[in-house]
Amino acid sequence: MVDYDVKYLKFKTYLNTYCPHCRNSFNRKEKEMDKLKFIGVYKGEDFELTISAYLDVFEAQASIPLKEGMILEDCKCPHCKQSLVTSEKKCGECGSAVGEVIISAFSKLIPFFTCLKYGCEWHGLTKADERRIKLKIPRQEMPEQDQVLRIHNFNEVPYGLTTELALLEAGRCLQCKQPKCVEGCPVNIDIPEFIRLIAEEKIEDAVMKVKETNLFPAICGRVCPQENQCEELCILGKRDYPVAIGHLERFIADYERRMDFRKLPRIEAKNNKRIAVVGSGPAGLTVAADLIQLGYSITIYEALHEPGGVLVYGIPEFRLPKSIVHYEIEFLKSLGCRIETNHVIGYIYSIAELLENYDAVFLGVGAGLPRFMNITGENLCNVFSANEYLTRMNLMKAYKFPEYDTPMPEGNDIVVIGGGNVAMDCARNAKRTGAINVTVVYRRSRKELPARNEEIRHAEEEGIHFKLLTNPVRFVGDDRNWLKGIECVLMELGEPDDSGRRRPIPIENSNITIPCDIAIVAIGNRPNPILFNTTPNLQGNKWGCIEVNQETMETSIEYVYAGGDIVTGAATVISAMGQGRIAANAMHKKLSRPASKTKPKQKPEKAVATTPKPKPKAKSTSTRKKI
Amino acid sequence: MYEIVEKYEEVPNVHRLVVREPNIAAKAQPGQFAILMADEQSERVPISIVDTKDDTFTMFILELGISSAKIVNMKEGDTLEAVTGPLGMPADLGKYGRVVLGGGCYGIGAIYPLARALKELGNEVVTIIEARSDYLLYFQEELKAVSDEFFVATSDGTEGTNGHVQDVLVKLIRDGERFDHAKFIGCTYMMMNCSHITSPYRIPTKVALNTIMLDGTGMCGCCRVSVEGETKFACVDGPEFDGHHVDWDELMKRKSSYLMEEMLAYQTAPHTCKALEKAYSGDSK
Repeated sequence: MVDYDVKYLKFKTYLNTYCPHCRNSFNRKEKEMDKLKFIGVYKGEDFELTISAYLDVFEAQASIPLKEGMILEDCKCPHCKQSLVTSEKKCGECGSAVGEVIISAFSKLIPFFTCLKYGCEWHGLTKADERRIKLKIPRQEMPEQDQVLRIHNFNEVPYGLTTELALLEAGRCLQCKQPKCVEGCPVNIDIPEFIRLIAEEKIEDAVMKVKETNLFPAICGRVCPQENQCEELCILGKRDYPVAIGHLERFIADYERRMDFRKLPRIEAKNNKRIAVVGSGPAGLTVAADLIQLGYSITIYEALHEPGGVLVYGIPEFRLPKSIVHYEIEFLKSLGCRIETNHVIGYIYSIAELLENYDAVFLGVGAGLPRFMNITGENLCNVFSANEYLTRMNLMKAYKFPEYDTPMPEGNDIVVIGGGNVAMDCARNAKRTGAINVTVVYRRSRKELPARNEEIRHAEEEGIHFKLLTNPVRFVGDDRNWLKGIECVLMELGEPDDSGRRRPIPIENSNITIPCDIAIVAIGNRPNPILFNTTPNLQGNKWGCIEVNQETMETSIEYVYAGGDIVTGAATVISAMGQGRIAANAMHKKLSRPASKTKPKQKPEKAVATTPKPKPKAKSTSTRKKI
Repeated sequence: MYEIVEKYEEVPNVHRLVVREPNIAAKAQPGQFAILMADEQSERVPISIVDTKDDTFTMFILELGISSAKIVNMKEGDTLEAVTGPLGMPADLGKYGRVVLGGGCYGIGAIYPLARALKELGNEVVTIIEARSDYLLYFQEELKAVSDEFFVATSDGTEGTNGHVQDVLVKLIRDGERFDHAKFIGCTYMMMNCSHITSPYRIPTKVALNTIMLDGTGMCGCCRVSVEGETKFACVDGPEFDGHHVDWDELMKRKSSYLMEEMLAYQTAPHTCKALEKAYSGDSK
């Protein structure tokens, strides 16, 4: 028996269901739960029934085992004891007897028929009626950890949808013929189709459907900015609230993990081609997962001691539990993917050396170099980059100090500079370390905050202050070089700039000082220069990113591909996955050409790729003697 | 995995650690470092690579905080949780002429690959090492073998000059010695003093900074230092910087950020540290 969530019941009262004979309500209120038991008869055996809106009216809470194809012979109203079975209509699909109730939707009572054969989903509503009823269902909110309690722990905040809520939410989808949501998704998941499968309770199939295009729904369901992607374009959103696509994606992935019905995908026979993937973040994992299914041998190189990239060092435990990332990585390993941690490519192997041992190389090294503001006092003690703060907290588990040895920066007043998701992560993390005042300082207004709405809402619920239209000009330190405050200038919004956002302009003589113990600079990341320093023929652009062919993601070196933040600059997990997929397809296309064509082409190409490399190397061996 | 091939206490508190890792052994260049983790809970500790042989490489570790204590309490045959390297830019090496090298604490070991490489490039190498007392000096024979001149300074005067590297350096310079290049590795205070001495004589000076590091790949910015007013990351831009332009004051204050936590971790360690527990149980047997 499923425990009904309060919000589920709220929906129940919204869509009222009545007996066609006595017009008494079938709506279950919490205290009347026991009174409203329907008695169903199946070949002499009684069992209990509950009424649910339209998905399948006579949903049986089995007191006897139910089998597909069983037909209810009778079902009585608990109030007037009259039979709900009607002889006026027959099931449109299987011709069995149907039951009738009255539902109130769009301020009108309409008779509602449904097949009494277990497993048959026919109901006698017109498409238009169905659509109008669907519009009446409110968006189902995810149950969350209490806002007072959660600032004292690092457990995940949203609990995820229950099966009941997910089915309801899935029922809201209008199944548009030309779905806009798919266009909004960077990897073009077939959203209406997987939602339909959820509504039909074929959750296994729904998972497989999503995994055709997105291999890590548990991660994307949690960290994608859906309100700017799929949900922004949802037709329902134009009216009131869009379908909670992200919540549903997360639900099916969690369901799969909980029920452990994950199936090994079909892996093609090994084709004896080897691929090196540099970086085990979202882009690298996508490429590895895609290509390993096509029969390639994959080796992932990770610089840190734990694979997962930004999913492990960046995104906090309370937003994306590390167990989920480990689960996905273990799965990749079980497919035969090799993961070499503690390998900083550039230092330990150069790209040229990788090309000697592998048929192709994918660079998904991310944007890992923190950006600073270059203002006075930035090197004071207790001024952190967001990367450092989050790495300490997540990767090194400093919040468990002294059980873990890496110390946790602690203070009463913590200021976070920036307004993106990383800034929200830092602020919420800081709140959990016991800080009394956590302030987010952002130079534009609330409307321009680039963070996900959910993160901003969570941050506000947790008591984080927002100091908007404020920009730091100087960090103030004491004589021992410790931070004690931030001098800021107030801003106002001027004309829109190139990015379409209104440009902030400082107001003269409006300087204020915010006292604080710790400042965290979360104003973005640039790509790490290690690869460029060690690979002279790798072409970059003016932002320090790798220049690629947008269609194939191939870099200036043949057989070397790149994707993710190293190409776009700091962006989202899902866009990195999208680029990983493009690169994987292009790599497969290029490498699966007939061997006679690729082989001779590959050899001189390798030589071309390696020749510029030995030159500086030869120089270095003469000047820098190997120890 | 990362097996410890050899480990013994060279002099009190200085441990020689030889780790088997063929890739690092093949790639390491003078001036680079590796990051070690004893177990899953420990910090990532940056340690200079001193020597490589076949598929192993040597480091000298001072037991200072909890994470280094965990490493030095491991035994031969144990495996480290993580070894990443070689990291950092290799040291600038060239044919300078007469080069003075100064090393103290872990720097006595860390200066060795530089001395050898400079010597092989045809430089005249003058090496000065320092310790608090004569029984704390180590690695002297190896250093002598790659130096043209070799000086020792001890704080208590038990061996060589009574004083520090800078005292020997001042004496040499006052005696009319000319140096074309200088490199110092050791405690920040020694490197600062030595840089201040070479500065008026316009001797190009390189120091290998040992800032607090987290990942060692340029990702966190924990190790930032001001060099000529510009913020640099010691892990990727260094660790070698021009000693005359480093903001020493800021550097030393930043280095002391976690003294309290360091003490706390050390005090609570025996209850949580598996490496130490293992070491203790091994002794009792």
